Amino acid sequence: MTVIAAQPAEPELRPAVAARPAPGPAADEGLARRLKALACTAPLHDLDSRKVNLAGEYGGYAMAEVGLAAIDLVTLHMDFDTGADREAVLSRLLPRVAAQHPERPAAEHQRVVRWVLESLINVGSVDRGFRAVYGTFGPDGAYVRRDYDFKLIEEVPGPDGGVYLRTTDEAVNVLVGALDTDVTSAQIAAEVKLEVLIRRGRLADAQLAAEQARYRTVQYAETLRRALEATRRNVRAVDWMQTVPDLIDEALEHIADRYRHENAILTNIRRARDEAEGADHKRQAAELVDIVKDCIRRHTQLQTRLLEAGPLFRAEQDRQAFAAPSARSGIDLYGQLLAPVLELPVERAIRPTDAFFGRGTGLRSPAVVRLTDLVDLLLTPPVEREHLGVELPDPDLIATPDDSRFSEVQLEAALQLLDLPADAPRRLSGLLADARKQDPELPYLVALLAVHAASPPVGTAYRQGEERLLFAVDDGTQLRDPEFGGADLIVGSALLDAAGMAADRR
Amino acid sequence: MTTPQDTSATPTVTAADVADAARLVSFGLQAKLLPARDTEYTELVRRYREDPPFARLADAVATGLGLVVLEVSPRAGMALAGAEDSVFAVKMGDYSRRAASETTDRFLHGLAHLAVAAMAFPRPEDLADDGYLGRITVNGVDAFVRQACRRLEERAEAAGDNTDPTSDAPGLEAAWRVWARRSTTGATKDARRLAGSTIGITGKAVAFLVDSGFLQKASDDAGGTYRTTARYQLQVRELAAGAAMSELLELGVVPVSDGTATLLPADHSEELVADAGLPFHSL
Repeated sequence: MTVIAAQPAEPELRPAVAARPAPGPAADEGLARRLKALACTAPLHDLDSRKVNLAGEYGGYAMAEVGLAAIDLVTLHMDFDTGADREAVLSRLLPRVAAQHPERPAAEHQRVVRWVLESLINVGSVDRGFRAVYGTFGPDGAYVRRDYDFKLIEEVPGPDGGVYLRTTDEAVNVLVGALDTDVTSAQIAAEVKLEVLIRRGRLADAQLAAEQARYRTVQYAETLRRALEATRRNVRAVDWMQTVPDLIDEALEHIADRYRHENAILTNIRRARDEAEGADHKRQAAELVDIVKDCIRRHTQLQTRLLEAGPLFRAEQDRQAFAAPSARSGIDLYGQLLAPVLELPVERAIRPTDAFFGRGTGLRSPAVVRLTDLVDLLLTPPVEREHLGVELPDPDLIATPDDSRFSEVQLEAALQLLDLPADAPRRLSGLLADARKQDPELPYLVALLAVHAASPPVGTAYRQGEERLLFAVDDGTQLRDPEFGGADLIVGSALLDAAGMAADRR
Repeated sequence: MTTPQDTSATPTVTAADVADAARLVSFGLQAKLLPARDTEYTELVRRYREDPPFARLADAVATGLGLVVLEVSPRAGMALAGAEDSVFAVKMGDYSRRAASETTDRFLHGLAHLAVAAMAFPRPEDLADDGYLGRITVNGVDAFVRQACRRLEERAEAAGDNTDPTSDAPGLEAAWRVWARRSTTGATKDARRLAGSTIGITGKAVAFLVDSGFLQKASDDAGGTYRTTARYQLQVRELAAGAAMSELLELGVVPVSDGTATLLPADHSEELVADAGLPFHSL
């Protein structure tokens, strides 16, 4: 943990009697604010002073630079609802570290990157944060040292259960923005963040607008989800007379509005993408198309949820209205216990929480040891803890007789035959003749696969995101073949839009 | 089970009765076992409810072991709680080694248990209603406490208070700050939850309550989703809430309630916390 002891300005010049410093409390507050801002930079300087402690030759790396770059990267990569992916940040940081010392091994670069990121999170400490000490004069003129706790990069849970990184408001304000700002203001943090993004040309205006609209959509969806969840618990907890209907109206209006706008944007960007000359512009425009598509997808999703809200409310109302009301009244755990406890100083708050813990955790049957068991227990050699768990017993495998009609080689040959180019479908008769040349058994397999292709498994292909699909169509032509009868199917491959399907599935 | 003397006008206690009563108590000690899963247990619960002398005997056995009988019913079985200083009571030192030595950690572990209960029974009537099943998620409990902490922080800021604690009196730090400054989660080498983070602490509390037969896991969503059991409601209602409340009263804090919930639907103008699970906030 980094501790920076803040010294009062020129202490020996002040009179020995503890009087107020001349400028007054406002200046004192300003001083405290700047001291806090200064403290936020300390972990970066600290990186360079601590690098000598690392085993190995790390003196040549400019750690503060890497640290600041890491904070920039996390800030740029975190989106509105989740944080930045740790591995993505690490991999983007690598080129800078490698450029500082290209002759060193890649493993060392990796180590430096990880060390910097972990130091900025301050992995060793319990709070995973930093603490600085600063002094202020209290209202009675007494000098008080206070602890200022802050984080630069914090770890947050992601929707997929993983851990993501976010830069804190302090880091954004002080290290990405300027030094003389109110370090805890989230509002300023948001503005600086956007400003930086725009200044670096990362986001065009349209993209920004679209992303903000997407954020708004996510917010609506989140608010709605919460309202519905609360409705499931208690219809009365949610205002279905005014608030929720208003919310639904507002959200629908928002969707209609954005849908119009984004389709217009999409048309424009597509044109820009097709007409763009530079590869860079083309790429940027292509990225924009993806973002806008995602926006439209989210709007559609929200609209579906909005349509489900009304029926859910009516069902829950029916269910809950007929439940018998409770005669007793319990303790309001939040209002009477949790909220008052949080306001107390921790040394007092611990008494009610201890009491709650003591009576609220349930029973544990104490383990009682017999002397004979104890002797056995003590004499048993410790079980080695295997990282992979216990060894699996080798299962007794009985070879099943191979009773399949066609061999693997035959299947491969048939599939190769049917691996038709998308623009050149073929007649079944031709395929059968080709197959017969290779192997007298093969036509049966080809015919079987072709018949299956007459009803292609479109749903499966869609779910598995396959890129091509075999199909067969009957156009009425009779099959003339010594072994088979029926229709002479047209067999071909259809290309599927795997990326589009994947987006749809999501 | 019954001897000829039992049927006489003055029933006398036989050794078999005592054995049955002790058997019932031993079933009660297996917190995860429900009468519906064991016919002998069902039978003993029925006997407890229909045979007052047997009920007194079972109560006496429990009391002698240092246990308090909360309820004996088909839904909860024999719900037992450890009396103070009983061998069955859970000690903080056994629960978490770190909590035994660090005051802030002890507080955080206790607070996590309180928050789980508050989230599981958001309204007073939920605690009172025997049929109520609460649902909580680990991430939701953490987000819920953080939201409450943020409101206190905003209030302190609006009042112009400096909430940074003085360096020589860490015990005077406001309780909400301790939770707020602890990291939410953290990456570990072995993909487990960081034990010292607030989600780690909440996760531990929830896992412990599952072992006590107080919660049942419903899914892995949002850090783990759980349902409450009848036993948990009894324990919180009959013992834990009261014990914590009397400590609060001794500290001179007198929370007054008119029996209505203080958790209310959120104001839609405000940003909601992801995974909080409830659009609720305090007044």
